[in-house]
Amino acid sequence: MKIEELEIDDYYAGFSDALSEGEKKKGLLIHAFQRIQKDHNYLPEDELRALSKNLDIPLAEVYSAASFYKHFYFKPRGKNIVCVCVGTACHVRGAAKILEKIEENFGIKEGETTPDLSVTLETVGCVGCCGLAPVVTVNEDIFGDLSPKKADKMISQVKGK
Amino acid sequence: MGKLKTLDDLRALRKSLEAGTFDPDVPRIRLCSGTACTATGTPGVLTALEEEASRKGIKVDIVKTGCQGLCQKGPVMKVEPQEIFYQKVKPEHARWLLDYTVIGGTPYRQGLYRESFLNEPIPEMTEVPFYKKQMRIVLRNNELIDPRNISHYIAVGGYSALEKALGSMTPDAVLSEVDRANLRGRGGAGFPAGKKWKHTKSSAGKIKFVIANGDEGDPGAFMDRSVMEGDPHSLFEGMLLCAYAIGAEHGLIYVRHEYPLAVKNLMIAIRQAEELGLLGDNILGSGLNFRIRIREGAGAFVCGESTALVASVEGGRGFPRPRPPRLSERGGGVWGYPSNLNNIETYAFVPHIINNGADWFLGIGTKSSPGTKVFALTGKIVNTGLVEVPMGITLREIIYDIGGGILGGKKFKAIQTGGPSGGCIPESLIDTAVDFDTLTAIGSMMGSGGMVVMDEDNCMVDVAKYFLSFCQSESCGKCPPCRIGSYQMLQILEKITSGKGEEGDIERLERIGVQIKESSLCGLGSSAPNPVLTTIKYFREEYEEHVRDKYCRAKACSGLGVFSIDHDECFLCGLCKEACAFDAVKETSRSFFIDQDYCTKCKACYLACPIGAVKIEKVKVKAKVEVKVEVE
Repeated sequence: MKIEELEIDDYYAGFSDALSEGEKKKGLLIHAFQRIQKDHNYLPEDELRALSKNLDIPLAEVYSAASFYKHFYFKPRGKNIVCVCVGTACHVRGAAKILEKIEENFGIKEGETTPDLSVTLETVGCVGCCGLAPVVTVNEDIFGDLSPKKADKMISQVKGK
Repeated sequence: MGKLKTLDDLRALRKSLEAGTFDPDVPRIRLCSGTACTATGTPGVLTALEEEASRKGIKVDIVKTGCQGLCQKGPVMKVEPQEIFYQKVKPEHARWLLDYTVIGGTPYRQGLYRESFLNEPIPEMTEVPFYKKQMRIVLRNNELIDPRNISHYIAVGGYSALEKALGSMTPDAVLSEVDRANLRGRGGAGFPAGKKWKHTKSSAGKIKFVIANGDEGDPGAFMDRSVMEGDPHSLFEGMLLCAYAIGAEHGLIYVRHEYPLAVKNLMIAIRQAEELGLLGDNILGSGLNFRIRIREGAGAFVCGESTALVASVEGGRGFPRPRPPRLSERGGGVWGYPSNLNNIETYAFVPHIINNGADWFLGIGTKSSPGTKVFALTGKIVNTGLVEVPMGITLREIIYDIGGGILGGKKFKAIQTGGPSGGCIPESLIDTAVDFDTLTAIGSMMGSGGMVVMDEDNCMVDVAKYFLSFCQSESCGKCPPCRIGSYQMLQILEKITSGKGEEGDIERLERIGVQIKESSLCGLGSSAPNPVLTTIKYFREEYEEHVRDKYCRAKACSGLGVFSIDHDECFLCGLCKEACAFDAVKETSRSFFIDQDYCTKCKACYLACPIGAVKIEKVKVKAKVEVKVEVE
């Protein structure tokens, strides 16, 4: 990833002068990770190496920042991301059963990816759709008010993709 | 629309927009396009409505609004001028809705809200019990305007507070108005915003930042989301007023990455505001410069803590640090510059305070906590969704009047407020008036405003374990009390809920909990034991039952109790036998029974039984027969 692609001027619009070069580069890190992940679905090592070189930040520091955040992944992820919400509202309305059902169906545990890279199963603290609990998101789509029975429908839809 | 150069330009623009935007002669449908309604089918309804309207050749103005609150019954919409409220709208309803309401002016009965089959439907939104007791200030625009259209916001009076402040108030006057209104931080702790602003203002240095904290990580809370998604300009206006009052030129909004729609709508809103000259240099000719940029989080709960948020904005690991220096001081904020950090909802209140005055605000709510508060009402309750109520309302009113009571007619057990940092409030305290101080007094807290209702099927020990495991996995690991302490507490809870609890475990939990509270570095650690401590305080007998009787009265924990089949109820379907992986369910010619030697108490049979004939009971302690052998 080139630094130019990160639109650094807009990112620091107005207070560019207030920061040193080093501060500006470091401040770009999370933004850059997000961009890389958008393109690759995860953070490949060579991209991070290139980033470290371009931004002049030691690779260890790059990894230190990236590994802190749950949202960044170092392994390739599936084409479809199935994300089960296990927030409070979903928990009290039975998210655990939904998760179990999905795990059984795809044969993977939470946090794993199917060998053919078609599905990655994850959990999230809360997607903010508590009104529809329990909720599962598939990529950008939200499936709400699930029961193990309704989950079947969702699963077959994912498998069809 | 060109760039607005003076206050008069804004006034003129508003005047023309007021007349032209929401024409009262055109029928209007305000369709909720919040995340929840979008998930339940808004896009389909929208196309159906549009197609049907063009087929019929009628003119109807469809406004895609932000979250209207009643997420449970989505997609919801309001038809004007009759003000008829529809819920659970389906694409096939579009035809009838247009025929009946838009053309005929009468309600379409099938789409109306009704409490149950037997009740008469309620056509007006204001009469629906969910909305009746609410007082919508921050959420006011959510049901009115399209968040992606700045002219809607201006047409309903948006940026008029900015106009008032720039036109007739000095920065100090704005600050003292907010201070006098005693606006307390809506993010959880309730620190007065005015004091924070003053503090930032008095810090040395020319460069200052205004930061809005939209890292709403509490599970079960989504009010900031609805403001960012549904009314982003009110947030900007609040930030602008803050910037004007404290002399800052730079704004940052920190949004968690789980909210893609919020980021999208904020970006659109920033662009529109910049095009109109409401953000940028020399705003409305006043000499005020202010820009807003967005920073996306990356899935770390602890980044909602102010010092961790700063570390994350600077591009590092989101570790909190000891205070002082506070954010408002030199050396404390982002890159060392004094920064004023408030919650999204707090900023959204500011324009209303400036417009209506501090006295108006003080007249709402309670003495120590004026104003309203948005709560996300969820859990085992009939009406889930966003509610905005004046402070001082009782929990009973929120649960029964607005929320419509407990789902499925079950018995209310507890309400959890304040997310993972808050506590569980039992039924005996349900008449508590909700404000910052009363909630803290009973061991819970306001938090960002999540309210999760629990019924008799929820085990309080399990709930406490759930919250603690959340905090434990979100602990950043910097300070040992939080990192190690929360892990130890979780281990004990794990033991208790799986039937291996010992005498003394409860006391141990209490002791560790208090120690973590006192010695943790940041708010995450110092509030993590709250759910455990409050549940022990109010539901100690449930803990004791788990430990002593190996019994879970909510039947939520597996590994506890004695399983048996009630032969009077059982109709011999055999599902329990199929479900059992350990062959513990035995069949005789006339009945099924559970062999206790094989039973692992996994609850598979209990869940499989369609009529609830599998019973879980307390372990019966056999009376000890003391045999006294008297030796003579």
